[in-house]
Amino acid sequence: MRVGDRLLWHDVNVDVPAGQFVAILGPNGVGKSTLIKAALGVIPLADGEAYVLGEPAGVANRDIGYLPQRRSFDSSLRVRGIDVVRLGLDGDRFGLPWPWSAKNREAGRRVRDVIERVDASSYAMRPIGELSGGEQQRLLIAQALVRDPRLLILDEPLDSLDLPNQSAIAELIRRVCVDSGVTVLMVAHDVNPILPYLDQVIYLADGGAVCGTPAEVITSPTLSALYKTPIEVLRTSDGRLVVVGQPEAPAHHADRHTGQPH
Amino acid sequence: MTLVASVVAVSNGNASWSWNLPGNVRDMFGYPFMVNAFRAGTIVAILGAIVGWYMVLRKQTFAGHTLSVAAFPGAAAATLIGISATVGYFAFCLAAALVIAIASRPSRGRGFSAESAVVGTVQAFVLASGYLFATLYNGLLSGLNNQLFGFTFGITDDQVVTLAAVAVIVLAVLAVIGRRLFFASIDSDVADARGVGVRLLGVVFLLVLGAAAAEASQITGALLVFALLVMPAAVAQRVTARPVAGIMLAVLIGVVATWAGLTMAYYTSYPSGFCITTFAFVAFIAVHRVRARA
Repeated sequence: MRVGDRLLWHDVNVDVPAGQFVAILGPNGVGKSTLIKAALGVIPLADGEAYVLGEPAGVANRDIGYLPQRRSFDSSLRVRGIDVVRLGLDGDRFGLPWPWSAKNREAGRRVRDVIERVDASSYAMRPIGELSGGEQQRLLIAQALVRDPRLLILDEPLDSLDLPNQSAIAELIRRVCVDSGVTVLMVAHDVNPILPYLDQVIYLADGGAVCGTPAEVITSPTLSALYKTPIEVLRTSDGRLVVVGQPEAPAHHADRHTGQPH
Repeated sequence: MTLVASVVAVSNGNASWSWNLPGNVRDMFGYPFMVNAFRAGTIVAILGAIVGWYMVLRKQTFAGHTLSVAAFPGAAAATLIGISATVGYFAFCLAAALVIAIASRPSRGRGFSAESAVVGTVQAFVLASGYLFATLYNGLLSGLNNQLFGFTFGITDDQVVTLAAVAVIVLAVLAVIGRRLFFASIDSDVADARGVGVRLLGVVFLLVLGAAAAEASQITGALLVFALLVMPAAVAQRVTARPVAGIMLAVLIGVVATWAGLTMAYYTSYPSGFCITTFAFVAFIAVHRVRARA
């Protein structure tokens, strides 16, 4: 995969079994979001092929729930959370919903159900701009889930959340994965909040990638080989892994987040 | 135009306000120019409120203002070359919409920040052009005032038909793309991944906005378009976060402000643009105060 004249990564072979919780890890600027966009067919691969849910990338997007990298809604946005979730169900339709039709009632029921599943019922009727980051994130996960997708792709959903919210959202994602049999592909730059729930890890670094269970991949020798520099993986007393010696991302990747106001 | 203006003066001489409301309505509707003012005002109030609701949601009021300012050189140029002002309104507003759409190319994702510089540039140029056309056509001072601040009482039957036809077309377009436009307006990343054509929708909406601004300019004048385009929608979004209820409330506010403003203009001989704007502004202040207290 190339962005501009920069080779982000090559020879990445990813095979994700159904119903698993898989994390894509790696330092900033390594091309994690780009991998996801390639899987969605939004960015074409420079070379090679991507098949998602048995179809070429982009074809099966109706069966994919996608949560892009952290968006927060403007605090002045006067649109209810429930309306944002509803857009995930039928926002791409032409025409207007007929308010008294059976189809519309069914849509309303599905939206309420999915909001219930992410425990957001108590604030779904409030304008989404007034909600906290964690509350917004739950509603956005509901939006990604409302069509009962087979694959849920989340791009750094824990970013800019406080620690209790990080673990609460990670737990929620795990529950969705187990209860509904949805495959979850989640980009993260910090493995610690999700480590207890992960089935598989894809570690991207320095043009290459390693896949496997967390125990296989997040080890000192594997990461040292990936980065071509000594990396230590430490285990803290409460069982958390900490990666030490991770080099900083190259400086010339500043265009990565264009269009994402901060 | 001068002929109609003198008719207004005569009617104002006879008209006096009373609280006999049906009588007032009979009184006003005795004059065809008042009937046309109410017809045209109602059409534009409905269209402006609905398009304005999306405009406020998308935070494109600056673009909306510029498109309505483009109505001024449009009307001036049409007068200069001797064609119908209506043609000039639509030609210039839609052309300005296309220029903004092509030149700004909003970067992916939300945010129209790249747009505002382009919009400002376009606005300065269209205002200057309008002034040029008005200067080239000497002695158009009263016409200039009407173009800038509105002249509701000179609207012909043909203009009402044109306003209605354009409004129906624009509302039909909005009915088709309304849901996708709502999606693209508040959540463009996900909408893009769903194949909603966010960029094309942005261009279509600017054209819709240009058409609505051209219509509203004919009622309130180029500088007071916001009375019908922004104020009702801004009030409605403050009152309710429900999309359908918000649009209906915006329409209600726009229509009531227009009717009240036209009535006030008839009985006081104050300019109609001022009267309509005042009622819309009162609604805005009232809601602001109520919400501030709540």
